[in-house]
Amino acid sequence: MSDTEKFDAIIIGAGPAGSACAYTLAKEGKEVLVIERADSPGAKNVTGGRLYTYALEMVEEGLTQEAALERRVTHEQIMLLDGDRSINIDYHNPAFNEAGQVPHAYSILRARFDEWFASKAEETGAMVACGIKVDELLVKDGKIAGVIAGEDEMYADVVIAADGVNSLMGQKAGLIKDISAASAGIGVKETIELPAEIIQARFNLNNEEGAARMILGCTEGIHGGGFLYTNQDSISLGCVFMPEEVARHGQSVHQIFQNFKMHPSIYPLLEGGETVEYAAHLVSEDGFRGIPGKLYRDGFLMIGDAAGFVINTGSSIRGIDLAILSGIAAARAVIDSQDPVRVGPAYMQELNNIGLIPAMKAVEGYKDLLEIPRIYTSYPGLAADVFTRLFTVDGQVPRSLRKEIKGLLKQNQLSLWQLLKDGLRGYRSI
Amino acid sequence: MKIEKLDAPQLLGLNKFNVDEEAAHIVIDKTICARCLEKPCLVVCPAVLYKLDKNGEISFDYAGCLECGTCRVMCKNKGIIKWEYPRGTFGVTYRY
Repeated sequence: MSDTEKFDAIIIGAGPAGSACAYTLAKEGKEVLVIERADSPGAKNVTGGRLYTYALEMVEEGLTQEAALERRVTHEQIMLLDGDRSINIDYHNPAFNEAGQVPHAYSILRARFDEWFASKAEETGAMVACGIKVDELLVKDGKIAGVIAGEDEMYADVVIAADGVNSLMGQKAGLIKDISAASAGIGVKETIELPAEIIQARFNLNNEEGAARMILGCTEGIHGGGFLYTNQDSISLGCVFMPEEVARHGQSVHQIFQNFKMHPSIYPLLEGGETVEYAAHLVSEDGFRGIPGKLYRDGFLMIGDAAGFVINTGSSIRGIDLAILSGIAAARAVIDSQDPVRVGPAYMQELNNIGLIPAMKAVEGYKDLLEIPRIYTSYPGLAADVFTRLFTVDGQVPRSLRKEIKGLLKQNQLSLWQLLKDGLRGYRSI
Repeated sequence: MKIEKLDAPQLLGLNKFNVDEEAAHIVIDKTICARCLEKPCLVVCPAVLYKLDKNGEISFDYAGCLECGTCRVMCKNKGIIKWEYPRGTFGVTYRY
């Protein structure tokens, strides 16, 4: 490539943020280059996971219909585990998936989805170069002017870092420091192949319907939790842990996850299946408070996971939709700013306009709620004890439930006072 | 692999890797690691690539790396003297 050639934008990383940004820019006739270090887009990426479709529809109406997706999430489930016991709550609302409407959320596998999304950006006119790792940012007169990959130098008006949670580009630009161990969770996942009809029978699903399950009490008391998503003909089963607590606990991430997989309420869902892949990835856990103080400098923007755009409320975990929104916001800022110096501030404005920053701010406090250690150590056990009492009939004269609960609190090293305090803290957080 | 407890090498054996034989993307300095008391890498690496050998010394093999970055984040005493992504096309290739 000649030194004189210059792109309107170079995007580092062909994940959902990068592809949404490239798609939006290319549609407006901008010259865009997406550089991806993997052989094909998605091959380095991991999700639980699911996609909330509204974001894809914001890129372009109707995109969801042709996207590489797995199953419409029609069953939202919450599961508590304690020892061998389990409680499962299954929420089914047909209104989420009415005919003629875009389904609310889909389970997805990233190798398929990201490859499809990048190919859409390519169709729209963006250039996607795979198998190339950006080594350095090109700085000229204090401005980011392009990137260096091996021997090649490539120039652009703006370089957009969509390089994920370990944003080495953001660090090279001087906008962020090393991630702190307290701000990221380590997620591990097995992809387990199973025939579609078996998945449907086990999860009580119709054709194309899917289940998404959050699981508490599977992490040895470590701040974290499990997840299970049904795909077309596979199940994604995984766990997320706060690594500092793992280090204190002493049992390895791998070991705890393998024990979880064999739990008497999990194993039967997987039985007869075949594990085909083992993946791991970090996930930002700080929400709004984890967004870096500055997301841009002259000639440089950060989007997606690189910018810390993740929401975890316990019941919904959002990253991909926010990544897509931030990609659109960055593209709009580039399109609308005649003066390159205005791109950064315009991006911040667009992040607000598109609702991303307000959405993250609105649930900022959930982090306080999720930091109550007893959610992971005591409450799943307490819940299981209460259910055991509710469903046990053994011919004895039953004690009053009130008395029973008092005993159960004690049994779980809890007091009524503690319970009230946590309840209040939870209430204030949300 | 059928559904049973799998050890890390079994799990990694399922993945597609293109190992860069010429350049390690993660490098540790064993003299620094020897002075590290906590050694969180032993339990937080999901691929269990950090191990203690019989002399109590850390051994590390980058070949099965899942590129998650947990070791980088958790390494307090900076025994990891280099942490980069593998060169383009190298490393893990997730197929799902």
